[in-house]
Amino acid sequence: MTLDMIIAWITAAVTFGTVIMFGCVGETLNEKAGGLNLGTPGVMMLGGIASLAGAFFYEKSVAVPNPILCVLISLISCLVATALAGLLYGFLTITLRANQNVTGLTLTMFGTGIANFFGGSLVKLSGGVGQISVAATSKAFKATMPILSTKLGIVSQLLFKYGWLTYVILALAFAMQYFFNKTRTGLNLRSVGENPATADAAGINVTLYKYMACTIGSAIAGLGGLYYVMDYVKGTWSNDSGIEALGWLAVALVIFTSWKPKNATWGAYLFGFCYWIYLYIPAGINSMLMKLFKVTRTTYMQNLYKMIPYIVTIIVLVLVSSRNKRDNQAPQSLGTSYFREER
Amino acid sequence: MANRQPILRIRKNEERSFLSKLLIKVIFIGIALLISALFINLVTKLDPLKVYASMFRGAFSTTRRTWITIRDTALLLSIAVGLTPAFKMKFWNTGAEGQILVGGLVTAAMMIYLGDKLPSGVILLLSFVGSAIAGAIWGFIPAYFKARYNTNETLFTLMMNYVGIQIVEFFVDVWDKKQSHSVGVINATNQAGWFPSIFGQQYLLNIIIVAVLTIAVYVYIKYSKHGYEVTVTGESENTARYTGINVPNVIIRTMLLSGAICGLAGFTEVAGISHTISVKTSGGRGFTAIIAAWLAKLNPIVMIIYSFLIVFLNKGAVQIASDFNLNEYASNIISAILLFCILASEFFTNYEVIFRHKEEH
Repeated sequence: MTLDMIIAWITAAVTFGTVIMFGCVGETLNEKAGGLNLGTPGVMMLGGIASLAGAFFYEKSVAVPNPILCVLISLISCLVATALAGLLYGFLTITLRANQNVTGLTLTMFGTGIANFFGGSLVKLSGGVGQISVAATSKAFKATMPILSTKLGIVSQLLFKYGWLTYVILALAFAMQYFFNKTRTGLNLRSVGENPATADAAGINVTLYKYMACTIGSAIAGLGGLYYVMDYVKGTWSNDSGIEALGWLAVALVIFTSWKPKNATWGAYLFGFCYWIYLYIPAGINSMLMKLFKVTRTTYMQNLYKMIPYIVTIIVLVLVSSRNKRDNQAPQSLGTSYFREER
Repeated sequence: MANRQPILRIRKNEERSFLSKLLIKVIFIGIALLISALFINLVTKLDPLKVYASMFRGAFSTTRRTWITIRDTALLLSIAVGLTPAFKMKFWNTGAEGQILVGGLVTAAMMIYLGDKLPSGVILLLSFVGSAIAGAIWGFIPAYFKARYNTNETLFTLMMNYVGIQIVEFFVDVWDKKQSHSVGVINATNQAGWFPSIFGQQYLLNIIIVAVLTIAVYVYIKYSKHGYEVTVTGESENTARYTGINVPNVIIRTMLLSGAICGLAGFTEVAGISHTISVKTSGGRGFTAIIAAWLAKLNPIVMIIYSFLIVFLNKGAVQIASDFNLNEYASNIISAILLFCILASEFFTNYEVIFRHKEEH
């Protein structure tokens, strides 16, 4: 394997990891307050389409799009759409105490529906499959740091070549870790997720905390959709549910990181690494396996290599659970709704 | 004193009559239809009434369509029924997709490898057994680790879906003779391993199988000792342990059953409906079925209604899409709006809202 290949692999892994890191950090915030939002894939779809639509109509309306406005418009449309989705989830599960699993799955259905419905329309508006492109906005999101990204040779290539959202989510993940462990608000939030009745008795506004967690968490997760559209697929759209699949991986990553955002920073990249591994299987091993399975083409074998990220997840999951440490557990009230009068 | 009470207060109400519950549900379904109509009108400027009429046509306009609607209801129902024992135990099986796929894969393999060697009936029998075993294995693996190490089953079963998907992708490539990444209709000429028509009805066997499964699971959960153990384990693992229930055994046994039924859904889909295999064989039904199962409060008989409702909406929305030149994803949006409203209605059937001025005694 050449150095170029390794660099390409790492770059691909980081880009992939960034998408799911957004989803994971957002969903962790929600889960720490006791809300299990299986709607995260749908929220990310919504974030993707909202940012695309915002950028699309802005770029269409002016002759020369201003990069700063491009970024602002798509960011704001993404945040508003996904925060609203989070609010809807919150209203149903917190105020109306609906089942979180079903509400979440329905939200995924809703988000996927909205995104692909309007995505299809946008594609039509712009003249057919593969025609839609918000090049200016995509370029603004892929902007890299000057000097650092070009002058340092391999270091630039490995560390500074990515769009700026990559660094935003890294910072956010560490900030979230600090928030959970070192701030009063963060500790209050965790107590709501562990035992809402106790938190309530201690004078914490359980409803407010839960609402804030799911709204803000949803908005953060939605940025994963924006990053996917603007950076990962470079400002295009296709109705192939690519975001949805990554959204499920983001939900998986929350458990994988045992609800610690700092673990998401390496876990997401590890996932990305494993996701692309099928392109980098050494030729010797590949031909040996091809003989073993009596298969004639490498692409056929790649189907099986693509299982690796999921199998690695399973193995890590089993190892972590077999050690059974107390601080690796899910928030205790996760998935249940709180009603004060219930004992 | 009265002024110190909050304006709105919520109280649990478990004594609502069946009729008032039904009324609340109907009101909320009405609200859902209104919101959907608003959405349709806003986006497309079409007359919502015409759209709804077209929806109904999509599901029932011809005998064939009615049969297909019933057939798809049965398929979704069988998965929801399969999930029921696991969910009753509070084992969050999100892996139905994978269990369906491996069941379908085994069925397809039987059809391909035995198609010209054995009579169709034998192939069907082998597929039936094989798909149930495959699904059971897919359920067993996460259950074993859940029982042993309390490994998170939601993530585990979710990952098993992807493993299943990739295995299916692999075999689709291996079996595909034309390198088009599609198996095509298997045994199109001799129909070996296909469900036979009964009384001239192509899909009657699907429905019979699912009906039997539904009743069996209903009886199993409600009246058998196993079912009782599952319910107790779901309510509280500690209680189960104190009463002498072997919790790990119950977890594994129940997931073997749950996986096997979902595997059989794959068998019904491949041998009874599509006669081919691809990653689309499960088609997201493993997730949709969770919704049907939950809304029915895990009662297999009530699941019939919700499965039907979901399938009806889907067919209807697909019809709208083709009639009015809309994008097919409108169906997801309308279904989701309806489900949101049904979820909201549950609050009003379980709780009541009390205003301040209403004095209580």
